[in-house]
Amino acid sequence: MTIRKTLLLWLAWPALLMTSPAHASLRVLACEPEWGALAQELGGALLDVSAATGALQDPHQIQAKPSLIARARNADLLLCTGAELEVGWLPVLLQNSGNARLQAGQPGNFQAADFVRKLDVPAQLDRAQGDVHAAGNPHIQTDPRNIALVAKALAERLAQVDPAHAADYTRRHAEFAQRWQAAMARWATQAAPLKGLPVVSQHKAFVYLYDWLGLKEVAVLEPKPGVEPTASHLQAVQRTLKATPARMVLYAAYQDPKASEWLSKGSGLPSVKIPFTVGGTEGAKDLFGLFDDTLARLLAAAQASAAKP
Amino acid sequence: MRIALPASLALALGAPLGAAAQTSTLAAPATAPSPDIAALRQEIAAIRDSYEARLRALEQRLQKAEAAAPAAAAQIAAPAPTAAPVTPPPASTAAAANAFNPAMSLILSGGYLRSSQDPASYRIRGFALPADAELGPGSRGFSLAESELGLSASIDPWWRGVANIALHPDNAVSVEEAHVQTTALGHGLTLKAGRFLSGVGYLNPQHAHTWDFADNPLAYQAMLGTQFADDGVQLRWLAPTDLFVELSAELGRGSSFPGGDSARNGAGMRSLSAHAGGDWGNSHSWRAGLSVLSAQADGLGLVGRSASGDELTRAFSGRTRVWIADAVWKWAPDGNATRTNFKLQGELLRSTRSGTLTDESGDSVATRAQQSGWYLQGVYQFMPAWRVGLRTERLSPGEPEAGWAAATRRPAKDTLMLDFSPSEFSRWRLQLANDRARDGAADRQISLQYQMSLGAHGAHGY
Repeated sequence: MTIRKTLLLWLAWPALLMTSPAHASLRVLACEPEWGALAQELGGALLDVSAATGALQDPHQIQAKPSLIARARNADLLLCTGAELEVGWLPVLLQNSGNARLQAGQPGNFQAADFVRKLDVPAQLDRAQGDVHAAGNPHIQTDPRNIALVAKALAERLAQVDPAHAADYTRRHAEFAQRWQAAMARWATQAAPLKGLPVVSQHKAFVYLYDWLGLKEVAVLEPKPGVEPTASHLQAVQRTLKATPARMVLYAAYQDPKASEWLSKGSGLPSVKIPFTVGGTEGAKDLFGLFDDTLARLLAAAQASAAKP
Repeated sequence: MRIALPASLALALGAPLGAAAQTSTLAAPATAPSPDIAALRQEIAAIRDSYEARLRALEQRLQKAEAAAPAAAAQIAAPAPTAAPVTPPPASTAAAANAFNPAMSLILSGGYLRSSQDPASYRIRGFALPADAELGPGSRGFSLAESELGLSASIDPWWRGVANIALHPDNAVSVEEAHVQTTALGHGLTLKAGRFLSGVGYLNPQHAHTWDFADNPLAYQAMLGTQFADDGVQLRWLAPTDLFVELSAELGRGSSFPGGDSARNGAGMRSLSAHAGGDWGNSHSWRAGLSVLSAQADGLGLVGRSASGDELTRAFSGRTRVWIADAVWKWAPDGNATRTNFKLQGELLRSTRSGTLTDESGDSVATRAQQSGWYLQGVYQFMPAWRVGLRTERLSPGEPEAGWAAATRRPAKDTLMLDFSPSEFSRWRLQLANDRARDGAADRQISLQYQMSLGAHGAHGY
């Protein structure tokens, strides 16, 4: 009998937790901080935005933590990159959330990569090529033109999921788009000296950034996507750089800078930490800051490497 | 591009007009305006008007097209000279007939074992278990472990299906899991039906290829038949709170130990679990829970040892109830587990068997046996791809009964492992164990194991 009573207690106490305050605003769960920041721009106080991951976390390798499952349970809109970036953890969240609104194909499941042109789409799918993504390179947030495209699609989705505030989302998006166009024009002027510069990347994370700025990737420190740099591969990169010199080596804030710093020390190339997402560096406080800071860091490195003979 | 197109159109259309206007003005002062020239001027003016109207119409159409598809226009407007050749994603070009194929994965595993005692005579002293119980470290020398074929896909907007087929090294095939699960119930509810790994405890619902050690703890081997799977239904409910609170209830056939496949109309297995979890800052996360599993047996044969060491089989009828308390804590600096991380987990199992034990001559005795056991393990990733782990475990066999001998010492085992994962899809593991589960000298085991997965990228639970 005591066991039965204990069981009843176990069943009953969470019912008390259900009386948590009701949320009036739309609850948005962003898989990565950049989409959280974008939702904040478009929704402001209309949304209750939380990001599942931080800027210092590798978005490929996130644990399906209990706290994330709980947040997926309560969210009205899921905002992710897609293109298989979250394939290792998001399915667990969705399967355990018991939340029908977020399942694939529902309006509450927004995948940013669906709305941009993807680069690096492999012609041949084979894991011998490393951790390749069938849908193309998923790191789309490093090109502000992609942010503009996603912003428009997201504003439409917000209006669809929360029709009561549709006009607000449309208005806020128009304002944002205007500010963003102005910022893009400014960045294009600032970034002029970067055009055509040869660079080295630690991970193939910056194809969209290079596409935007016209930087040329001459080498990658990871022998295959997602495989840690090895000593022999780093030496091969050094040999490549003798033939085709580069001006800087780029790594994302969440990555271990060791490989980039090693190359930097050996070759004298400046190594540049790219915020990669909102919160990756001090300067990248919001989406505007993300690109301001990215450009400032790239320009500083370009100047430093130009000053050298 | 947006500005260039109308401008070039205007230029192309305007040039001949300009030329015509020039000739007419040059011609004007030379001769007096004749009716012919006036007519010509009118004609030219008419042509200019009509061209301008057409130009305006073209400009309007262009503006309309731009407004309708700004995304497409922006993409056209920003062609990158440095862009890699873009090929359409394979999914969209796949033939219609196989486009709906489920996600498929295959786990390949095998290894080598060296042990100081013969694994064929492995037993856990003080625990009477079914004759076909899977115990011990496996067979000596080189061997293939289970190959696991997994298929999963959405069935329709409301259901998802999963099947895991185990291909055993002795060429037998078994259905490890085959279940359907709701995706659209909402309200935090998920219903599962079919054969599945029970959600009790922490380790029980995890597939063998995700374990941190080559084998499951002794407590699981002695009280849950290594891993408890059953045919039945499971209902899970997630509370709408920021704290993770999950309740789960299962009804099943009770087809495997500690159940005895009683083939009754009702449920031979019932279980309840409650789990809670959350974060401490960015770097720490935890989950803890309590579960109870109750299974029925009618004449389940349990094999123990008599004081003289002979095998003694008794048929058990009654109920076995297993309580499991589990806790896991994970640490990763700033939540980034790629470089270094640590995981500490422990479970405490307590099994109560009540009913009757019948010997060969048909004599029955009432029984109420209590057994328990625990394990505690820590796994530390000290650099990318490399992890080291230590596990320690103890069992309490309880009081002897029905002619089975008392255990002279409590079964115990200590295990050390080192594993290397060159990628997310492959892992090599070296494991050393000092196993004191059986009577007599300790069994020292050295095993080398590989575990690889091919096909669909699996998603792992917490």
